Amino acid sequence: MSGIDPMLPFDVALALALVALSWAVLAAADRFAMVVLFIVLGLMVALAWVRLGAPDVALAEAAIGAGVTGALLLATLRHLRGPEAAPAPGPVRWSVAALVAGVTVALGAVVVAVATAPRPEGLAGPVRDNLPASGVEHAVTAVLLNFRAHDTLMEVVVLLIAVIVVWAVDRGLAAAHDPAAGPEADGLGPVQAGYARLALPAAVVLGIYLLWAGAHAPGGAFQAGAVLSAVGIMAVLAGRWRPEAHHRAWARAVFGLGAAVFVLVALGVGLGPGVAYEYPPHLAKPLILAIEAAVTLSIAATLAALFFGREPAPVSRSRGRRP
Amino acid sequence: MSAIPIPASEAAGLALMALGAVFFVAGTVGMLRFPCAVSRLHALTKADTMGLGLVVLGAAVMAGTGGAALRLALIWICVALAGALGAQLIAAFVRRHGGQWPETEASATEMPDTGTPEVGQ
Amino acid sequence: MSVPGPDLIYGVAGLGMFGLGLHHAMTAAAPLRRVLALKICAIGASFLLIVAAWRVAPGAIDAVPHALVITGIVVMVSAMAVALALIRRIRALQDGEDTQPGHTQAGDTQPGHTRNREGRQ
Repeated sequence: MSGIDPMLPFDVALALALVALSWAVLAAADRFAMVVLFIVLGLMVALAWVRLGAPDVALAEAAIGAGVTGALLLATLRHLRGPEAAPAPGPVRWSVAALVAGVTVALGAVVVAVATAPRPEGLAGPVRDNLPASGVEHAVTAVLLNFRAHDTLMEVVVLLIAVIVVWAVDRGLAAAHDPAAGPEADGLGPVQAGYARLALPAAVVLGIYLLWAGAHAPGGAFQAGAVLSAVGIMAVLAGRWRPEAHHRAWARAVFGLGAAVFVLVALGVGLGPGVAYEYPPHLAKPLILAIEAAVTLSIAATLAALFFGREPAPVSRSRGRRP
Repeated sequence: MSAIPIPASEAAGLALMALGAVFFVAGTVGMLRFPCAVSRLHALTKADTMGLGLVVLGAAVMAGTGGAALRLALIWICVALAGALGAQLIAAFVRRHGGQWPETEASATEMPDTGTPEVGQ
Repeated sequence: MSVPGPDLIYGVAGLGMFGLGLHHAMTAAAPLRRVLALKICAIGASFLLIVAAWRVAPGAIDAVPHALVITGIVVMVSAMAVALALIRRIRALQDGEDTQPGHTQAGDTQPGHTRNREGRQ
């Protein structure tokens, strides 16, 4: 840490690119350009996470923050035809500007205070000391699935609520905006089908690998779930699979699976030998892997369903389901 | 940078990566300067695939182990495949609009889902 | 410290993204832009957490803030999915296409005049 860090030019360039890209996203005149720039921004942010020693966060940001979010945005763009309401706000609203400036300056003071203070101890020590009892060797997975498992359970529940709301809200949408209707109309069937034939099995393997690797290296349920959800999204886009009304029962079961397994394990541990979420060390690894596998399936199904949007009910028929 | 002598494998890896960066810059210049959407695509896909290949090769030389090299090669194959599909989608979209990228936003209805295939990588 | 380290550089970048995002989230006219502004605001906030974690253990992993940010990313994608569904629904209501599956083909061929009738907030 002595002398000038050779990474300094890279850091400065990446930091400038991040702020410039954020500005470009918010100032873009065209909606499509806005979304594409946003995806690029997400990938640059992932690069910055790697630089700051956070590979798990980088994987999650690239897969969920840039990938799945980008797919959601592009799917929504199909509904938004016609010009946007004025992209630039009219006169500067000084009250808002002053509020934002105040909050930002206050946070800036915190940043400077943190960046100039002596290095804090943080929670790295306690996490390291308790890692052997957690059942996994990777600290982030230990925190997510053991030390702070109830936070992660709530996160899975948030995803569940999101898909319930999206199904309810999208019920009235016209079927003409079906995201699965694109490629066939483009006459790109063979190209996409060929790509899907190569990429779908590879992505399934990659997702399972990420899940398994999460026990001892960067990876885990969320990253694996995002990759597997991409399998679902690609399958829908390539016309390999079409959500039908009779798939709904299965879909609901998979959406709830992660939360259910999570709660059942916590209840079993709590009613049996110890306190809920405090897994006995000799059983911790199998329990965590079981929870992670269930959560991965739930996340994959939920994210793919969020992309597809509408509940696969017979809306497209003339006897549409009315809210 | 530093005056400390660096090992030969690291020097070779850095040289390969720098060469790869040159291809990226060339591809980007092509994308910014070429007149129409299809020729931009042409510049971008070829130069970037080559550039990424060189960067991956450099990283593999620096990593030194067979497993890491294999994983890096897999990344390159995945990106090349996704790039080929993306280029196909964009080119087909441009062709339906008479060889030009449409200027108006109204065309967003027919937008192919060009961004999504990269999700899997 | 005379030369700013990565903690300060990325801290300031995160701060800039937070401020930009917050301002546009409160002032942007179009709902889609507001949603993206919120996400950029969230990215800026997570930069502060990751930078704090980096200061605890440079180059190593301080797991608690990392887990917090991963949780934040997943919650944010859920929130964005709901927000985008609401945007789609609002647009469908404005276009008069809502719950009228039989009329969608007609709605496709002639983009409605009603579309810009009123501001979309």
